[in-house]
Amino acid sequence: MPATKLVKGVLKGNRRDLARLITLIENEHSSAANALSMLYKHTGNAHIVGVTGPPGSGKSTLVTRITAEYRKRSKTIGIVCVDPSSPFTGGALLGDRIRMQEHSFDKDVYVRSMSTRGHLGGLARATSDAVRAIDASGKDIVIVETVGAGQSEVKVVEVAHTVIVADVPGAGDDIQAIKAGIMEIADIFVVNKADYPGADKKVTEINAMLDLDSRERGWRPPVLLTNALTGDGIPELVDMIGEHMSYLQETGLLKEKGLQRSRDELEQIMEYKLTRELFTRLRGTPEYEQAIKKIAGRDDDPYSVAERLIAGFLISVRE
Amino acid sequence: MGSEKGLRKTFKEWDEGPVAKTLAKFPERKEQFETLSGIPVDRLYSPSEKALKEYGPELGFPGMFPFTRGVQPTMYRGRFWTMRQYSGFATARETNERFKFLLNQGQTGLSIAFDLPTQIGYDSDNPLAQGEVGKVGVAIDSLADMELLFDGIPLDKVSTSMTINAPAAILLAMYIAVGEKQGVPMNKLRGTIQNDILKEYVARGTWVFGPNPSLRITTDIMEYCAKNLPLWNPLSISGYHIREAGSTAVQEIAFTLLNGMAYVQAGVDSGLDVDSFAPRLSFFFNAHNDILEEVAKFRAARRMWAHLMREKMGAKDPRSWKLRFHTQTAGCSLTSQQPMNNVVRVAYQALAAILGGTQSLHTNSMDEALCLPTEDAVRVALRTQQILAHESGIANTIDPLGGSYYIESLTNQLEAAAYKYFDQVESMGGVVRAIEKGFFQREIAESAYKYQLGVDAGQRTVVGVNDFIIEDEELKIPVLKVDKEIECHQVERVILGRRKRDNKKVLEYLDDLRKVSKGTENVMPSVLKAVRAHATVGEIMHVWREVYGEWNQPEVL
Amino acid sequence: MSSSKKIRVLVAKPGLDGHDRGAKIVARALRDAGMEVIYTGLRQTPEMIVEAAISEDVNVIGMSILSGAHNALFPKVMELLKAEGVDNILVIGGGIIPQDDVPALKAAGIAEVFGPGTPLAEIVGYIESNVKL
Repeated sequence: MPATKLVKGVLKGNRRDLARLITLIENEHSSAANALSMLYKHTGNAHIVGVTGPPGSGKSTLVTRITAEYRKRSKTIGIVCVDPSSPFTGGALLGDRIRMQEHSFDKDVYVRSMSTRGHLGGLARATSDAVRAIDASGKDIVIVETVGAGQSEVKVVEVAHTVIVADVPGAGDDIQAIKAGIMEIADIFVVNKADYPGADKKVTEINAMLDLDSRERGWRPPVLLTNALTGDGIPELVDMIGEHMSYLQETGLLKEKGLQRSRDELEQIMEYKLTRELFTRLRGTPEYEQAIKKIAGRDDDPYSVAERLIAGFLISVRE
Repeated sequence: MGSEKGLRKTFKEWDEGPVAKTLAKFPERKEQFETLSGIPVDRLYSPSEKALKEYGPELGFPGMFPFTRGVQPTMYRGRFWTMRQYSGFATARETNERFKFLLNQGQTGLSIAFDLPTQIGYDSDNPLAQGEVGKVGVAIDSLADMELLFDGIPLDKVSTSMTINAPAAILLAMYIAVGEKQGVPMNKLRGTIQNDILKEYVARGTWVFGPNPSLRITTDIMEYCAKNLPLWNPLSISGYHIREAGSTAVQEIAFTLLNGMAYVQAGVDSGLDVDSFAPRLSFFFNAHNDILEEVAKFRAARRMWAHLMREKMGAKDPRSWKLRFHTQTAGCSLTSQQPMNNVVRVAYQALAAILGGTQSLHTNSMDEALCLPTEDAVRVALRTQQILAHESGIANTIDPLGGSYYIESLTNQLEAAAYKYFDQVESMGGVVRAIEKGFFQREIAESAYKYQLGVDAGQRTVVGVNDFIIEDEELKIPVLKVDKEIECHQVERVILGRRKRDNKKVLEYLDDLRKVSKGTENVMPSVLKAVRAHATVGEIMHVWREVYGEWNQPEVL
Repeated sequence: MSSSKKIRVLVAKPGLDGHDRGAKIVARALRDAGMEVIYTGLRQTPEMIVEAAISEDVNVIGMSILSGAHNALFPKVMELLKAEGVDNILVIGGGIIPQDDVPALKAAGIAEVFGPGTPLAEIVGYIESNVKL
């Protein structure tokens, strides 16, 4: 089924159509872009919240609790959980639903598991497009959960207005949990499982790290304690997420960010389309293969060849 | 120790101390043991004079620290292990009949399998129980069911083991209440409740509450038993299910003993003296296919526990150092293909358990890869134990494999490998943290997958499954089916039961339990009161679900 | 059509039994065969399974039961799928399932039942050749 046929259903909030559209987005189906352009004017209403943190920091439970709190406040929720795919087989095990069962009968909560499918750029794009589709389906809040283990995840979280970095108190392998890259993207820190010894220490540690940050900013990320098991601290967290949005609105940062994002996105799409167009034409042609052989044999160099090929491409486009 | 003289002295101490003491109380089964050909068999074999030097202190003597060779001075020369077949299906009525059948066949202890709704604390009429009532065990909703289950079975004459974990306190209370009605006081009751919640998170899956409230209830039970049920084992720390979930032998003993230490620590943290409850802790292991590795595993586990309890937990009572255990042959080793072959597998696994010094044993039935066992299949399984006990001669001397180069080397290696996990878990912040992070679960899943890939690749042969196959095999053994009507019948029974009792009283007792559960007082007396008034398993568990919340499993794949 | 299409599989444990060794092994094997596997965890009701299958837009549902509740729960899942108008999902089952029960399960719409001892490659192969993408 072409994606465009699903648009009507998605706008009405039909979860099955939404689910199918996301699949087509992930599969880079040719009709997905058209569907997304039809949906575009209906997006931009949801507050997008990123949740990241090291493995074992209880992100899924935290997301479940946040969702429950939002449901109490009559907000509708979409959740996208991103997990890495195996670099060897492209397959993936997606287990985040395990901890989100309490919302399985709530029609106003939509949960979708996604894998990174190998490539980084693709990850960022498919995730942000999926978020956009959920946004268009009318959800008030869209939560994006990723494992905070590297640069790729940092990218994913960039689709969010508000980024929560979760961590747990603990010893040994938890020490290097909050990596520098993740530290910088946080709008709110959450130290989860507040009943464990060491939670207060962790809060102090994070605050100390924030003190070292000399950059000037109007929003100093607060460090909150929660207990995802009992739900303690969750209402305060949800309040804080709202406060962060107000801050973005009042300072004009939201508009600024929106402009920047539109620019980035436009450029990314153009870059992607251009390169795809270019390679579709080049790859597999005898001239192209010949040129590569020449470069390998040192009969030509990649710099000159690239210049020539792009020039040729531009001419052919003009014609 | 180590010197020849020292060792001979210890041998003498053993012979004149624990052995003489035991013999005075419990004479051996025979005056003289001999082989089938009439050669006399001694109680214990130790190295020849020349080899005495190599007989290290880590072996010790049976019934003496560190118990590598056994926990009792005379082992099976005094009394055979307890033959205890795990059974239960349908309703209390059918299971009661099966119990009586087993006792008539010479079984020496009972072991109750409960259905899943009972194990997870749902009454039979709960929508979540649909399709599960009476399937993997007997459905018990209230005291009325428990009374029927033990109808005509005097509780002062049997020992009963119950595989129950999250609702262990409730089923124990029901057993006590049945005893009261029969005129058997609590201090005469003998048996075991599994009550090992940690391995439920790790491997078996019938958890309800999170680790902390669960450990609190566990500690309450241990304390209550120490005071009121001196012959009861309040905890059976289980490696069996860890192994069934696919772990290695090393992981089985490492994770089980780690869990064991966590319970002991919880008891001590709650203010109990370690020697007040540790002697009643018992264990439950798996007997898998690799006979000699299994024997070594049991020996290693005994030695580790003795050291851990004495040195790490500071237990002073030698009974606290002893690892006593029940064994079940490996269910996961049974094949649905050529099921008769399972009889042979079970026999060898049972042999390993006995050579390893088990205190009680369940032998699986050959049809259990297909269904719950039929009566005929159970009989063969029980006969397997009886043949090993009465015909094979392996019970006539203690630790007959002790001193084998291979066995001793394997014992040492398993022990060392298991201790490595202790370090790892400690660095993670302890057992509960490791469970919450899914560490045990992941290690087990990893081993299980590796094993399966080995089978699929033909690197491991499973007879009848990936080699020696019968093409287009047709199943020729009878299969037990639980009647669909059973569920309807049990649902009616529980609904009717709720009408017949004094509901005002039930509510009052449940309220009382709620208060106690929120506080720090021992929960057992309140549970007992509620049970006597015919409060159901589901109702009592519901109170705890409200107070403690339900556990959320970590994402482990 | 693009080449980035992936088979998405929901691996589910309906009912109350906690024996997920088989389900986890199959989940891993499907991942290693390049599929995206969504694992639900234990104690799933048929309603939860169908909800997840729709939200995740899976091509396959694999269910495992060892408690004997399959006769009640497998057909219930099929019934609910039908009620939602879903007919493009391949549904397979596994666990301890007596041969006698298989015909009725297949009549209810379970495409195939895999017992203990099934080689993983057989399950992977079955899905690859029967899935509707």
